[in-house]
Amino acid sequence: MSAVRSSAQARGRDGPLLAVQDLHTWFELRQWGFLRVGSVRAVDGVDFELARGEAVAFVGESGCGKSSLARTLLGLHKPTRGEVVFNGTRVADLRGKDMQWYRASVGYVQQDPYGALPPFMDVRRILSEPLIVHGISSRVERERRIRQVLDEVRLSPAETILDKFPHMLSGGQQQRVVIARALVLEPSMIIADEPVSMLDASVRVEILNLLRRIQTERELTLAFITHDLSTVRHFADRIFVMYAGRIVEQAPVDELLAHPQHPYTQSLLAAIADVDAANARQQREVPGGEPPSLLHPPPGCRFHPRCPHAIAGVCEVDDPPQFEPRRGHRSACWLHR
Amino acid sequence: MAQKTLLSVEGLELQYQTRRGVARAVDGVSFDILANEALVVLGESGCGKSSLAKALLRVLPRNVHRFSGKVMLGDTDIMALSEEAFRRDVQWTRIAMVMQAAMNALNPVVRVGEQVAEPLRVHMGWSRARAMERVARTFEQVGVSTDFLQRYPFELSGGMRQRVVLAMALVTEPELVILDEPTSALDVLTQAGIMNVLKRIKQEQGTSFMLITHDVATSSEIADRVALMYAGQVVEVADAQDFFHAPAHPYSQMLMASVPRLRQREEPAHIPGQPPDLIDLPSGCRFADRCPSRFGRCAEDPEPIRLARRHHVRCWLHAGRSGGGGA
Ligand SMILES: Nc1ncnc2c1ncn2[C@@H]1O[C@H](COP(=O)(O)OP(=O)(O)OP(=O)(O)O)[C@@H](O)[C@H]1O
Ligand SMILES: Nc1ncnc2c1ncn2[C@@H]1O[C@H](COP(=O)(O)OP(=O)(O)OP(=O)(O)O)[C@@H](O)[C@H]1O
Ligand SMILES: [Mg+2]
Ligand SMILES: [Mg+2]
Repeated sequence: MSAVRSSAQARGRDGPLLAVQDLHTWFELRQWGFLRVGSVRAVDGVDFELARGEAVAFVGESGCGKSSLARTLLGLHKPTRGEVVFNGTRVADLRGKDMQWYRASVGYVQQDPYGALPPFMDVRRILSEPLIVHGISSRVERERRIRQVLDEVRLSPAETILDKFPHMLSGGQQQRVVIARALVLEPSMIIADEPVSMLDASVRVEILNLLRRIQTERELTLAFITHDLSTVRHFADRIFVMYAGRIVEQAPVDELLAHPQHPYTQSLLAAIADVDAANARQQREVPGGEPPSLLHPPPGCRFHPRCPHAIAGVCEVDDPPQFEPRRGHRSACWLHR
Repeated sequence: MAQKTLLSVEGLELQYQTRRGVARAVDGVSFDILANEALVVLGESGCGKSSLAKALLRVLPRNVHRFSGKVMLGDTDIMALSEEAFRRDVQWTRIAMVMQAAMNALNPVVRVGEQVAEPLRVHMGWSRARAMERVARTFEQVGVSTDFLQRYPFELSGGMRQRVVLAMALVTEPELVILDEPTSALDVLTQAGIMNVLKRIKQEQGTSFMLITHDVATSSEIADRVALMYAGQVVEVADAQDFFHAPAHPYSQMLMASVPRLRQREEPAHIPGQPPDLIDLPSGCRFADRCPSRFGRCAEDPEPIRLARRHHVRCWLHAGRSGGGGA
């Protein structure tokens, strides 16, 4: 264990596990490889903290920056501005062994389960690789950990699975292998990016239940990314709603679902049907237009061009700060002013 | 309701030849769709939904082992038509389809307006000018600005591309539109927008729809009727009201219990186990080994049992009191 890591753990024990401040991740867009056209502001001013053992969900439309945020938290993108502090240590300062420790502490379930597993490796090899990289040189110890984690994701008996290649597994089994790989290094936090969107409805619930159970048993911090609000109630304690690179609303799950404050969140909720034969006979309310370009985001509130409640002279002029319209419930909207 | 029957399917079978043996992807499927009615076909991955759609539109792969059954479209027995007659008189003109993942299959180097005009020009022999005029109208119906006619697919968002492939299926004003997972890859707002378009077109043009999905919540946005498939068979077919609120088959009941509900507290439950291999099907009821209500008679293959008008279920629990009981 390195010096940075042990002192950081001592400092960080009582604070949040993860603290994110003023985080920006911009991608430079170039034409013909050199001409700078502008920046895609995928993450554009994000602040939040995650407590140990907490499960949270990041929700938002396609392209709003959820995966970019996840990858920045993991240290895969360098923030353009702001910082990610894990367990009291700035992730940007981590080098060598310490960066390796961080990678082992934060498990990643990446979007697209089908592309996530290398096709030419069997399951044993897929799960051994991270252990080897992180210095578990004993074959016996590796085998013990692999079997334990396969058992945990309910892929047992291990013998029936270990020698299989990804194409021999069903979508649900592949997704469990991806989760097992994220867990095998015994991380303290998991970031799961759309862990079920490619799966069948009946398998989805099974995988989500599995993640939630492991999260509770291991007392993991779980950040769960999705565009589907209907699943989050059962799998998260808190929700962050993202729009165009920013967090526009955050609250505990029940509070947010019962009293959505931001017009964007309200429209997301209104778009989701509770199964009812009557749905077929009415049009559902959907905000017009499309999410804004992250290359040239609109001035003021980014939702104002689609917002049914936009206040002329205000919303298109100034960026709304985070208000707290209800206790423990924040929303970045001028309606709360 | 005195709607006419538009499509009537009886004992449809589609089997594939594979190295391991014959896969019975569509195995004796019967249902009908009335004029201006939307039937949703639900079922887990691999149960044969896309195969059913492809069988109806006769877009078949080379390794078909058996393709049989009776399909009436209005008064036409379309299974009896020659390849040529089917292509000329049915495909695209009377039945059109949006294939699974079609939005990713748009030709990247052809402007979307031209691509949508293709069915009109190729299948109906329309002039370019006449076709483009119709395409512009269809774009408006599906909520795509006519400015987009000249664009290439990569210049459109996923939601817009899906509307474009929808326009391609609607442009010939067919009587039946088959949609295979049209919104699964899209986020909730885009999904809701597309379902709004379908509802409006159904209402305004009297079109019939067959929508394939594994997402129960989305299915409720259009379904008049629901057919649930399991391992190549339809295990229950019913009016949406009955299916969503009082399903009869144990599989239907478990499926409904697995739907995450935004506005309710009950935890969704999953259905343990896996569906059977279509190449090596068990004898008797195909759902039996996952079924909590299994009893002796399930070793026999259940025939569809009529519960009410247009409500059928393949399950021995409904075989009437005398039929219940032991093996
Ligand atoms: N490496 C990159 N270089 C340039 N642009 C990028 C890069 N990664 C993401 N982007 C852009 O940043 C924006 C946010 O993308 P991101 O993948 O984070 O969205 P998302 O919310 O995860 O969407 P989805 O729900 O579709 O997965 C998009 O406009 C995307 O095209
Ligand atoms: N050309 C083919 N040759 C052999 N088997 C096939 C062929 N096409 C499909 N199958 C098999 O037939 C079964 C039914 O496939 P189908 O695509 O109809 O399922 P589906 O219900 O549409 O599934 P999904 O929800 O994943 O799209 C599957 O087991 C599939 O692997
Ligand atoms: Mg993403
Ligand atoms: Mg399919």
